[in-house]
Amino acid sequence: MAVSREDVLHIADLARLGVDAARADALTKELSAILEHMEVLSQVDTTQVALTAGVGSGGTPLRPDEREAPMMEGTLESFAPSMRDGFFIVPRLATHEDPTESSA
Amino acid sequence: MNVENFATLGAAAIASSVRAGQASPSEIVRASFDRAREIGAGKDELNIFLHADREASEEEAHSMEKRVESAADVGVLAGVPIAIKDNIASLGLPTTCGSRILGDYVSPFEATAITRLRANGAIIVAKTNMDEFAMGSSTENSAFGPTRNPHDIRCVPGGSSGGSAAAVAAGITPIALGSETGGSVRQPAAFCGVVGVKPTYGRVSRYGLVAFASSLDQIGVVGRTVDDAALGLESIAGFDRMDSTSSDADVPIYRLSALGKPAPEARAPDTDAMRIGRSPVPQPPPPSSKTLEGIVIGKPKEYFPDSLDASIRDLCERALDRFRSMGATVRDISLPRSPLAIPVYYILAPAEASSNLARFDGVRYGLRIDNGKGLKAMYEATRSQGFGPEVTRRILLGTYVLSAGYYDAYYKKAQAVRTLIADDFRAVFTSGVNAIFTPTTPTPAFPVGAISDPYEMYLNDIFTVTANLAGVPAISVPIGRMRRLPVGGQIITAHFDEYTMFRVAYALEASLGKEAHQ
Repeated sequence: MAVSREDVLHIADLARLGVDAARADALTKELSAILEHMEVLSQVDTTQVALTAGVGSGGTPLRPDEREAPMMEGTLESFAPSMRDGFFIVPRLATHEDPTESSA
Repeated sequence: MNVENFATLGAAAIASSVRAGQASPSEIVRASFDRAREIGAGKDELNIFLHADREASEEEAHSMEKRVESAADVGVLAGVPIAIKDNIASLGLPTTCGSRILGDYVSPFEATAITRLRANGAIIVAKTNMDEFAMGSSTENSAFGPTRNPHDIRCVPGGSSGGSAAAVAAGITPIALGSETGGSVRQPAAFCGVVGVKPTYGRVSRYGLVAFASSLDQIGVVGRTVDDAALGLESIAGFDRMDSTSSDADVPIYRLSALGKPAPEARAPDTDAMRIGRSPVPQPPPPSSKTLEGIVIGKPKEYFPDSLDASIRDLCERALDRFRSMGATVRDISLPRSPLAIPVYYILAPAEASSNLARFDGVRYGLRIDNGKGLKAMYEATRSQGFGPEVTRRILLGTYVLSAGYYDAYYKKAQAVRTLIADDFRAVFTSGVNAIFTPTTPTPAFPVGAISDPYEMYLNDIFTVTANLAGVPAISVPIGRMRRLPVGGQIITAHFDEYTMFRVAYALEASLGKEAHQ
């Protein structure tokens, strides 16, 4: 199944990857060529086959619902890019969503 | 023990000399760093290490000397220098996954596997180069330049754990940790003429291993010899409550498999002492016609196609003859769905990666490129400039196969075919076959820059990826050379039967002797 340029731009948007025009053309060819090799799977009858999402044995074990101290070396300040009053400082999301919005 | 021969020493020999007070950890760590300098491990040469801190390693060695002097238990890996793939979180040294997006990120916590190595007395000397986020088969996809193969610097070392395999092949450390998603320990081990093991899924905790494809990822071990790999694996294996997929199955002393007997039914009285190094593991006898008595080795026809290189086929046939001469029976078998493994893998792994790598967005870790044009623009700028071409390609591929309209045709289909591939292995192992033998790779190491087509590169994993999809353990051991480059043979066993896998590997290594490297 060939991928179109529009497909590439759409999935790049979903994946939050900036792709310029030249790269989009190259990726269209590359992804189409790779997906062509996947077509062989469509010929396999899997109507009665269970899906495998993981190969662990016996399902996922549960542990007691008890909180433990984070296993971290040093203080939060020692690795956080920026902190204030015990909180991490991250980019201002609301303001970033709309650059015209004034920072209140 | 003579430290001048450091590059040829096994981990067990180093540790027993340290415990006996006959070798100094400081001297050993110095020898490791001196070897790295002598062999040209630096950025402009083999480019094996991404991060190393000689001073910190020497301080650690010095503190171990004090523990040895005070007769404290210093562990089964006492004073053994170990290198770690740079996608395994370590304290003190950065963890960059070979990616610009993680820059100089230093983890605030440590992977369980590293904590266990340190608890056993190992000294972590370096973080090794790798394909970015473990996506690649040549270590050419590192943002910090390719690693070169110590056997021929024109060639790749394989990947994605190319730095770890090269570190061991170059004699810098006897053991290194790597990680596997589709063959990333075994393939570089084969290319570099060393031993590489991928344990059963769940055998080793993934806590602290940066996630690529969580249903496939496992930490693995590169060793100079089978014994180094066995010692390394038994040191890090076992249940860890920090990884909900880790298994609580008992971890045997894999080194006992060298004695050529089945897994011990009951625990020997000195097993616990052997595990921590207080009591020695008995020396194995030389290989004989009884070493592999009762073992059935399967030779799957799908892994020996007509197109297989004649030299690789010949080396595999020689190995199979050795199995027969040691009392094993070789049986022709079929794993009919294995030829579908590459398409299945390159749907499932990118799908999982596209989700796992969403966390690298400029907010939480490493690189942030904020051009002031809004949050989405920041995400896009950070990710497109932080990720290299192969990671970008796989995220897009994964996003595509998970997107509406394609999910059933690709992702669900691949999950179903994965079941069939695993069923094939189950059927073979329940039919009385103890181990499967195949070539590890279809070719030896290829020149840097020789493969530009992404799918052609993916085909490097053709013989290794099935073990990851089925979750079974597998090991690559050197079986000879072609065009002066190493060739690996692969031994695959049933879930949690690493003991038999090591037993067969020890026997092959002992039987081939120097021929394994000729």
